[in-house]
Amino acid sequence: MGDLERTPLSALHEELGARMVGFAGYAMPVQFEGIMAEHGWTREKAGLFDVSHMGQVILRGRDWDHVAGAFERLVPQDVLGLAEGRQRYGLFTDESGGILDDLMFANRGDHLFAVANAAVKARDIARMRAALEPEIAVEEITDRALLALQGPRAEAVLAELAPGVREMRFMDVATVELEGAECWVSRSGYTGEDGFEISVPEAAAEALARRLLAHEDVAPIGLGARDSLRLEAGLCLYGHDMDTTTLPAEAGLAWAIQKLRRRGGAREGGFPGAGAVLDQIEAGPARRRVGLRPQGRAPMREGVALYAEAEGGDPVGRITSGGFGPTVGGPVAMGYVPVDMAAPGTTLYGELRGKRLPVTVETLPFVAANFKR
Amino acid sequence: MKYTEEHEWLDADGDVITVGITVHAAEQLGDVVFVELPEVGQTVSKDDEIVVIESVKAASDIMAPLDGEIVEINDAIVDDPAKVNDDPEGEAWFFKIKASDLAPMDDYMDEATYKAFIG
Repeated sequence: MGDLERTPLSALHEELGARMVGFAGYAMPVQFEGIMAEHGWTREKAGLFDVSHMGQVILRGRDWDHVAGAFERLVPQDVLGLAEGRQRYGLFTDESGGILDDLMFANRGDHLFAVANAAVKARDIARMRAALEPEIAVEEITDRALLALQGPRAEAVLAELAPGVREMRFMDVATVELEGAECWVSRSGYTGEDGFEISVPEAAAEALARRLLAHEDVAPIGLGARDSLRLEAGLCLYGHDMDTTTLPAEAGLAWAIQKLRRRGGAREGGFPGAGAVLDQIEAGPARRRVGLRPQGRAPMREGVALYAEAEGGDPVGRITSGGFGPTVGGPVAMGYVPVDMAAPGTTLYGELRGKRLPVTVETLPFVAANFKR
Repeated sequence: MKYTEEHEWLDADGDVITVGITVHAAEQLGDVVFVELPEVGQTVSKDDEIVVIESVKAASDIMAPLDGEIVEINDAIVDDPAKVNDDPEGEAWFFKIKASDLAPMDDYMDEATYKAFIG
């Protein structure tokens, strides 16, 4: 773990007996008690995740409209229309329309706060600086940890520290004092469960984590369960289920592009790769990301080739994320297939250790979301 | 009892060897969710990959430790893979092989050597 960066909670993870691994240049806990137990705990109670490796960025201009208008040059989302205290899911696209990253961004009144994936945050920040500075100040926040408290008990647990969080709806953001520290809290996450993401000053992070973990309904959760939770929830993992070779529509993310940025919209286009992105939304993609349920018990993981027939022929697609779904109680996967094979119920074949085994196309998510709308 | 560098334990009864994975290996794997075993009657060669174990995290293989014939398999761990985590050095054995050549047994580690090997 010598060359890996540590988060403000690394020492606590080690104290709690986590198995640590390198992930995106950080020493991160992959599991504590075990992935199955942690996954189930998050679905039933409340799991505490350290996601401090993710990029936190503040963008400032003269006022919200200034920074929002500028940010719309980089993302295909309606930023100007985002109300103060609200967060939205967004995408960075490249000049070909490929996805450079997915992110959350929030209207924090006088500034925009964005959270990006750890593995590509340096690229994201460089891109924002190149496109927006000096007009807009781009500040990477490196003195705050990021925690996620996820699960059906998350609200009750956090409300013991700050009763006001009960009033927050899905994708609301607010400044909340937790254990004496000024935290930036959003009602969101990446597990399919209700919950909160909490940006906390690094000096206060361990005390807050310990306070939350002292609650009988809270357990620490590692990256292993984070991955199985998001997979069951049908959520894309950047670099796996989408990357620069995938456009939003084929990734099943056209819903994240509001009508007014599409063809005929009031602020149509104007972001990198807009032509290709909007063409594909209009015409419909040739392939689509779908849910896949192996009919047997063997997990099918990333890279497994998909075939239309049990024998012969060339691959028609491949699995981009897959594994065992603890809540589903069996293997689950996502992958790309031609649109004429994307209807739920379609049988395809995944080649595993030289054998073609049947998989069924399924509607995502595998486990229904449990958000507080 | 003998041990391989692939963290198998080998329990010999004459020329029939019962094979499983060690507690250390089960802990490293994490929650086991799928096991595929060879077929009874199958003839195998040393180092053939004859068992697939999938944990929540990853897939791994177990190799045949000896040349021989598979004479018995433990279907209970196919039906309930979690047994591999619960009792890897007892109830959750994998297969029994009737060895045609026992010579490699001499090269495998004894318990003290294995303990030193895993640190």
